[in-house]
Amino acid sequence: MVQLTDTQLDRYSRHIILQEVGPEGQEKLMNARVLVIGAGGLGSPIALYLAAAGVGCIGIVDADVVEISNLQRQVIHFSSDMQRPKVESAAEKMRAINPDIEVNTYKIYLNASNIQEIISGYDFVLDGTDNFATKFLINDACVMAGLPFSHGGILRFDGQTMTVLPGHSSCYRCSFRQPPPPDAVPSCSQAGVLGAIAGMLGTIQAAEALKFITGAGTLLTDTLLTFDAKNMHFRRVSLKKRSDCPLCGENPTLHELEEGDRATCDLSA
Amino acid sequence: MEIRLNGESRFIDKVTNLSVAGLLEMEQVASPEMVAVQLNGEIVDRGTYQNTMIVDRNEVDFLYFMAGG
Repeated sequence: MVQLTDTQLDRYSRHIILQEVGPEGQEKLMNARVLVIGAGGLGSPIALYLAAAGVGCIGIVDADVVEISNLQRQVIHFSSDMQRPKVESAAEKMRAINPDIEVNTYKIYLNASNIQEIISGYDFVLDGTDNFATKFLINDACVMAGLPFSHGGILRFDGQTMTVLPGHSSCYRCSFRQPPPPDAVPSCSQAGVLGAIAGMLGTIQAAEALKFITGAGTLLTDTLLTFDAKNMHFRRVSLKKRSDCPLCGENPTLHELEEGDRATCDLSA
Repeated sequence: MEIRLNGESRFIDKVTNLSVAGLLEMEQVASPEMVAVQLNGEIVDRGTYQNTMIVDRNEVDFLYFMAGG
C-alpha cells in the first residue's frame, strides 16, 4: 500500500471524505491500472476523470490524430492539438491534471493479434471505441481474459453502457450476438452526435471504473443503461448471462478472437 | 392486447397474430439489423422474427446497436 502524503490527502480530500472510498479506496485507485480504448468522445472524459481521480496507471489506445471535426466533443483535445496523435495530446492533459499518475500511450489500432498483450496487466478496461468490430473484439478479449470492462456506445442523442464482469455477468455478446452487417450501419457523418452526449456517457463509464476499483456501490452489471437525451429519458434494461451465448455460454462456439471490419461506424469522419 | 414495449405500456388493437417482425414494422424501426430484440427477458434469434409471436402481457425491449464513441 502507498502512504498518502499531505499533498495527496489534500488533492483527494473529496474522495477520502466519502465513507465508501476513504483513504483505503484512494490507495486502491493509486495502485490501480486502467486501460482506456479510444481517445475520442468517450475516451476524453474517461481519461480526464480517471487522471483527476489519481488512478495510478492509465493506458490509452488510439491510432488517430486530432482533426477539427473531433473538437466539437472530444474535450481532451484542443484546437492547438490538430494533427497531433490523440494519445500524445491526451497524455499531456492527463499529466497536467495530475503529475502523480503514470500514462502509457498506444498509438495503434487494436486487432485480434495485439489486443491480448495490450490488455494484460490492466485491472479494468473501458471501451470508448467508435466501431462495432473493435467493440466486439474488446468484449471477446476481456471475457477470454476474465478482465472486467465497461461497454459504451453513443449515437445522435442516445447513449448506452453496461459493465461486464466476465464469468459472473452478462457480456455484450450475450445480447448483441454479432456485429450488424456493415451496410445496415448508418454512415456516421450522416448520423451525427450531440457533443455533450459523449460527456454524459463517458463520465458514467468513468464512475463505473472508480466504483469497481474502490468497491463502492453496485456496478451496472446485467443491466444496459440507455438514455435518450432529447427527452432526457434514462432507462435500465435488465439483461442476463445467456446459456446460449456464443462466447460465455455453456457451449461456446467462439474460441478465438475474430478479425472484423473496423470501418463500420467512424464518428470522427 | 397490452404489452410492455421498452418499459412502457402499449395497447395494441386490431392486430391478430403479431410477430416480432410485425412489431418492428409497426414501430417503424428503420433498420431492424441495428436492433436486438429481447422478448420476456430472452434474446429472439434473428431468423425467427417472422414466426415468433407476441401475445398479451409480453415484455419487449428493443436494444439498439450503438457504435459511436
